[in-house]
Amino acid sequence: MQKRVTFRHLTLPYLFILPQLAITIVFFIWPAGEAIYQSLLRQDAFGLNTRFVGFENFERLFADPLYIDTLWRTLGFSVSVTLLSMLSALLFAVMADHVIRGATTYKTLLIWPYAVAPAIAGVLWWFLFNPSVGILAYLLQGLGYDWNPFLDGDDAMILVVIASAWKQVSYNFLFFLAGLQAIPRSLIEAAAIDGAGPVKRFWSIVFPLLSPTTFFLLVVNVVYAFFDTFGTIHATTSGGPGQSTTTLIYKVFNDGFIGLNYGSSAAQSVVLMIIVIGLTVVQFRYIERRVHY
Amino acid sequence: MVENRPFFTFVAHFVLLLGVAIVVLPLWLAFVASTHEPSALITGLMPLIPGDRLVENYELVLGEGVAASGAIPVWKMLFNSLVMALCIAIGKIAISLISAYAIVYFRFPFRTFCFWIIFITLMLPVEVRIVPTFEVVSSLNMLNSFAGLSVPLIASATATFLFRQFFLTVPDELVEAARIDGAGPWRFFQDILLPLSRTNIAALFVILFIYGWNQYLWPLLITTDQSFTTIVMGIQRMVTVADAEPQWHVVMATAVLAVLPPLAVVLGMQRLFVKGLVETEK
Repeated sequence: MQKRVTFRHLTLPYLFILPQLAITIVFFIWPAGEAIYQSLLRQDAFGLNTRFVGFENFERLFADPLYIDTLWRTLGFSVSVTLLSMLSALLFAVMADHVIRGATTYKTLLIWPYAVAPAIAGVLWWFLFNPSVGILAYLLQGLGYDWNPFLDGDDAMILVVIASAWKQVSYNFLFFLAGLQAIPRSLIEAAAIDGAGPVKRFWSIVFPLLSPTTFFLLVVNVVYAFFDTFGTIHATTSGGPGQSTTTLIYKVFNDGFIGLNYGSSAAQSVVLMIIVIGLTVVQFRYIERRVHY
Repeated sequence: MVENRPFFTFVAHFVLLLGVAIVVLPLWLAFVASTHEPSALITGLMPLIPGDRLVENYELVLGEGVAASGAIPVWKMLFNSLVMALCIAIGKIAISLISAYAIVYFRFPFRTFCFWIIFITLMLPVEVRIVPTFEVVSSLNMLNSFAGLSVPLIASATATFLFRQFFLTVPDELVEAARIDGAGPWRFFQDILLPLSRTNIAALFVILFIYGWNQYLWPLLITTDQSFTTIVMGIQRMVTVADAEPQWHVVMATAVLAVLPPLAVVLGMQRLFVKGLVETEK
């Protein structure tokens, strides 16, 4: 898309675009290039010698069972967070779209978690599920379940999934509600006159018409679960116990800043970049085509 | 509502109340915990209504902080967060306004090239290239400074993209009229385009302020000096105390303080917030 009418000036456009271009090159292009370059190098144990190793870092990475485990764990984590937050948000949005009395109040209360930082969301749930002081842990123990996210990897995973999904519910809720309110009332009324009940109407009219929103949210939520949940995990379980809550992004951080294994960390960054670019391309292609039935 | 189904309406209210409970409960309990003395919290069955230590606890946190762990008082963390969030929000809006203006309203050599360089960054969140970005910032001597905290986060194309989309919907007749009246590009930008973008700027500001305030990984890496601790990362240092139970009343008071400013922004400017959210993403 282009403007028909434009201005002509020799220096002004360059002056205007310069700040953003400079920052982009210094803080995006350069580091990204550096990551790709370093992923092809290997340092010795003392950091004295660096040599070019080609794709060896990548080969080692994918031969490493720990990395493959992390990959699968991240996938499971993302799918759980996405499903949990999207399904509950859809449920709340459909209900909020139905009620007349109090709809605005419900909406105002349901968007609170958006303001909460992922790390803080983690700390709040960490507190509730803390085996010695948390009230939810107390209830679980009362039910006879031996809840301890400090020792049990599955418990720790459940904790970070709940905290991450909780934070994302408000975002999904707002988009689903906007999508629902954009559906023409006349379609729903016509179906009701033809004798379709609420459940039938939801599956054969509302849900298909909501599919562009759903698809968009699917991609956004997967990206969120991959990258933005670092704070949630780092502030609570620190990737543990053992490796049980270490996701891909946590591993990049851990190997790069704690383990100081730059070659491997850079190779992991490159893998993540490829995943993000893939997701973005998928999103753009489908949004162009519009998911519809 | 299409037809009157009292039972379904009842179910809807029930589900929504449940949802509100799940959403608000952690925040409410955090507030409750922050108003009790530490001994009330270690029994496992915590109280559900606020205690009487509200003033004392918040005074302690804001004024002194957890001095034992060498941390700075929380009011300073709040100040750091505020500066960082404002720098990110204002910087991003300023930079992207003018670059979107250049891209939309001018023809110049390498325009498409510049466009793609900027828009490729839409794809790469900071987290992905965290190690090399850290190295770049440290080689520029920007560790432990507000510039280092905010400038690398300013560079992202979302805001530019939003303004570009908006500028494309501004009618061409406005430019023609302005030119007939003898206005140059700067005058047009200042007197016509900026006032037209006011709502968009405000909506974007709300989103970017929250984005900046809630940053975690980046400040954690580049501030080794305690005096630059922001509140969101400050909490992490309070929770992970070695070999001891964290002082939960202090932690929760800090959490409440960390949530309040962005929450006030979201609730106070709800309409702008929803607009900004839906438009930046689509």
